[in-house]
Amino acid sequence: MFKWLHPYAKPETVYHLCGRWYPWLMALALLLLLLGNIWGLAFTPPDYQQGDSYRIIHIHVPSAIMSMGSYSAMAIAAFIALVWQVKVAQWSVLAIAPIGAVYTAIALITGMAWGKPMWGTWWVWDARLTSELILLFLYLGVIALSGAFSDRQTGAKAASLLAVVGVINLPIIHFSVEWWNTLHQGASITKFAKPSIDPSMLWPLLISILAFKVLMLALLCLRLRTAILLNEQHRPWVKAMAGEE
Amino acid sequence: MVTLGVFIRRELRLLARQKADWLNPVLFFIIVLCLFPLGVGPEPNMLQLMAPGIVWIAALLSVLLAAERLFKDDFRNGVIEQLVAARQPLLSFVLAKLVTNWLSTGLPLVLLSPLVALLLNLQTPAFIAMLLTLLLGTPLLSLLSVMGAALTVSADKGGILLALLILPLYIPLLIFASAAMEAASMALPYHGQLAIMLAMLLFALALVPLAVLSALKLNVS
Repeated sequence: MFKWLHPYAKPETVYHLCGRWYPWLMALALLLLLLGNIWGLAFTPPDYQQGDSYRIIHIHVPSAIMSMGSYSAMAIAAFIALVWQVKVAQWSVLAIAPIGAVYTAIALITGMAWGKPMWGTWWVWDARLTSELILLFLYLGVIALSGAFSDRQTGAKAASLLAVVGVINLPIIHFSVEWWNTLHQGASITKFAKPSIDPSMLWPLLISILAFKVLMLALLCLRLRTAILLNEQHRPWVKAMAGEE
Repeated sequence: MVTLGVFIRRELRLLARQKADWLNPVLFFIIVLCLFPLGVGPEPNMLQLMAPGIVWIAALLSVLLAAERLFKDDFRNGVIEQLVAARQPLLSFVLAKLVTNWLSTGLPLVLLSPLVALLLNLQTPAFIAMLLTLLLGTPLLSLLSVMGAALTVSADKGGILLALLILPLYIPLLIFASAAMEAASMALPYHGQLAIMLAMLLFALALVPLAVLSALKLNVS
């Protein structure tokens, strides 16, 4: 398997691969985003209890899922970067961090906007809200640490180490906060049980989740390409390409 | 083992010669404690209610204050570089740092806890709970702050960055420690919280030295 994977650790290959995937991923993301959000925001029936204001779920839940999904992707990349010293993995840690931070911020802000009509307050010190806020701080820590060194390479390595430490700590933080205080509603979709959400609302939600996922991949391709160019600017293949274009 | 002893003696001698390094955080702890009654009012009942949070937040901040200078001097004068180049004794260096960091920042807080109990009007059960949580919690604080200090040792803006990295990781400890003290003040059992704190401490004890090692190595290379 490693023999098959190994060519993909080469920055040049990854650069061209990302370039080829990016337009398709972006187009798919926009399509799904439009489909899921228009369907969800305009054409689903209102909730019997929460009325129309529940519709923000179509942005809130996908961004919340992807805020955690991005973190695990970042941590896996960081682990690969630390163990096998793969440069591309290191750069993808830094490429994912801001995307994940923005998803986390979107989840927090839409959650506040949802909380105001439902709970009557913008913010409560509830388990899910607090752990999401801490997740945002962890992302910001990774970003800040990567920028704090005069040597870009050291910064990337330190940020990878912090991302791995954070992923060990994240479940601890999550459960400690969970036991501490909770008000947030339980999960509506789980893999193992029948979803507690009506199919007419479920489908646009699933499409939105997929859209946010594909959008994250598309943005990752874009950012990783930039990072590769920035870090490999002295390499012959970059120079050759810059000379051509 | 021999190198561990040598390193611990070296660290202790350094601490004895640079008293500000460990005295200032302790003074800071007491000053922060004194600010709370001035800020929220001196009613004994209110102080009793807020004591768990106050004690633990003051402890977090003072440990953080001590952490910043932990590796700075050794990094500047090249000790860490030499140790990384020599390869052999780096782990004992890290362990010595951990032990002496706790001795110089955690232990004083434990010893000061009777004074804190007097200042914040704590009853005996709450005081015992505070003593136990400090005993279990401050080593964990030391572990995490040593890791943060190792990560940021060659960074340009160490201080604020260290707070941003480490304070989120302190949160579980803060929650369980203050929960234990609260339970104690209401005469409820708090063994569960203590057990979880001990579990977190052992878990960190197993993994943090490894993280510190690789953090030091990447800062030198």
